[in-house]
Amino acid sequence: MSDTLVSLNQVSMTYGRGATATKAIEEVTLDIARGEFIAVVGPSGCGKSSLMKLISGLHPTAAGTLTVEGKPVTSPIKAVGMAFQNSNLLPWRSIVDNVLLPLEIVQPHRSRMRSERAQYRDKAVKLLESVGLKGFTDKFPWELSGGMQQRSSICRALIHEPEILMLDEPFGALDAFTREELWCTLRDVQAARKVTVMLVTHDLREAVFLADTVYVMSNRPGRIVKRCSVNLPRPRDLEVTYTQEFQNIVHELRAAIGGKH
Amino acid sequence: MAMMERREFLIKVVSPAAFTVALFLIWEIACRALKVPLTILPPPSAVFAALWQFRAPIIDNSYVTLWTTLAGFLIATVFGLLLGIAVGWHRAIYAGIYPVLIGFNSIPKVAVVPVLILWFGLGEVPAIITAFLISFFPIVVNVATGLATTEPELEDVLRALGASKLDIMRKVGIPRSLPYFFGSLKVAITLAFVGAVVSETVGANKGLGKLMLDAQASFQVPIVFAGLMVLAVLGIILYAITAAVEHRFTRWAFRGQNR
Repeated sequence: MSDTLVSLNQVSMTYGRGATATKAIEEVTLDIARGEFIAVVGPSGCGKSSLMKLISGLHPTAAGTLTVEGKPVTSPIKAVGMAFQNSNLLPWRSIVDNVLLPLEIVQPHRSRMRSERAQYRDKAVKLLESVGLKGFTDKFPWELSGGMQQRSSICRALIHEPEILMLDEPFGALDAFTREELWCTLRDVQAARKVTVMLVTHDLREAVFLADTVYVMSNRPGRIVKRCSVNLPRPRDLEVTYTQEFQNIVHELRAAIGGKH
Repeated sequence: MAMMERREFLIKVVSPAAFTVALFLIWEIACRALKVPLTILPPPSAVFAALWQFRAPIIDNSYVTLWTTLAGFLIATVFGLLLGIAVGWHRAIYAGIYPVLIGFNSIPKVAVVPVLILWFGLGEVPAIITAFLISFFPIVVNVATGLATTEPELEDVLRALGASKLDIMRKVGIPRSLPYFFGSLKVAITLAFVGAVVSETVGANKGLGKLMLDAQASFQVPIVFAGLMVLAVLGIILYAITAAVEHRFTRWAFRGQNR
């Protein structure tokens, strides 16, 4: 992979200060290349989500250097789009208006929003159609299934064309079949837009199926204990998850996580 | 469909009407059978008779009570909304104001009325202020709660986009606290009504409370009950109007119910 978008060097992060401070992340070093799809896996509470907060600039580093596009991160970086396990759609807004929300905040769209609302709306509708939500744009969130809500949530994270898409267990609350459907949606979206993705998950199959590189974090304080390149050819089909090669990688990652069986 | 409508009609119209009529009937029969004196508990027939006979002063005084209630309620709405936003804005403001607010809310407002009369004299002003004082608290608490329960993940999403605190309030906090706000208005309007009447019974020269006080002093008990009846009906009307406004403005929060 060519140029580096995000670079962490010996980065630590703590919650709280002084004696009561708890270390969430310890000496993490990793690079994310532009257009790379990385996945971070690990036991629950290991600081996967903290790593996301850190890179998006929502939480300061305690030690080490963190740069995005070569610049140190000191405040929230706007080149980020985020989606979480809970879709967090606003129930008083229609789906398309939910997707438009980031544009009402981020510049330069914010000041153009009033005059060019129609164009922006078209863009949001096209984006929603590209993830299979044609005809649902004017519905309200509660009228959609969990999987559809999650698709909308991902669209909201993408609408302002961020450099990095950060997903924190986005499919965690979905049933197995819907989850696999959304894997493919995410795979296609990433392939089409060449966006850099950081996926936090505890589903190893999900990580291996989607990512170029999988990082395994240890228990708190989170450290990177394993880095694993997934060299399965793209585009990947769901069938690949049943191959021996795929299974081997999953096994290898599972062993790195450890814990009692 | 017609079946459903009929069922709805039965539940929403026939049932409350039948219940009310039954209540009056039992009251009437009990009064007659037990030969309760008119000065203790007048039967509904006597109350309605008094209602009709004294309709002019009753309407006159109802009008005063109604407008003092609404004036107090309006001030409470504006003040409660602003204070609620302030309290929900930052934890420091919340921590600072809350104890004072709870302490203040614990004071029985009837104890404050003499002070208000001392300051503003007999008239409508003490009633308006009492209505305001008694009704703003639930509004503050509800608005602050609505703001405080904004999902942290959603806040992260917006902060990562560079949203200011004001942006988050405008786009998320305030809209999401609206159901809480309108819900509290239903409570506040009935409280404001109670406040105005309480103030009138302590000291006033007009209003339903004053009318009932005078009737009681001259043992015209049917008029007292007529006053109570008017209070109950006005209370229901005010509540219904507020509930309708709530439903109109926060339809999204009533999803799944009869929209």
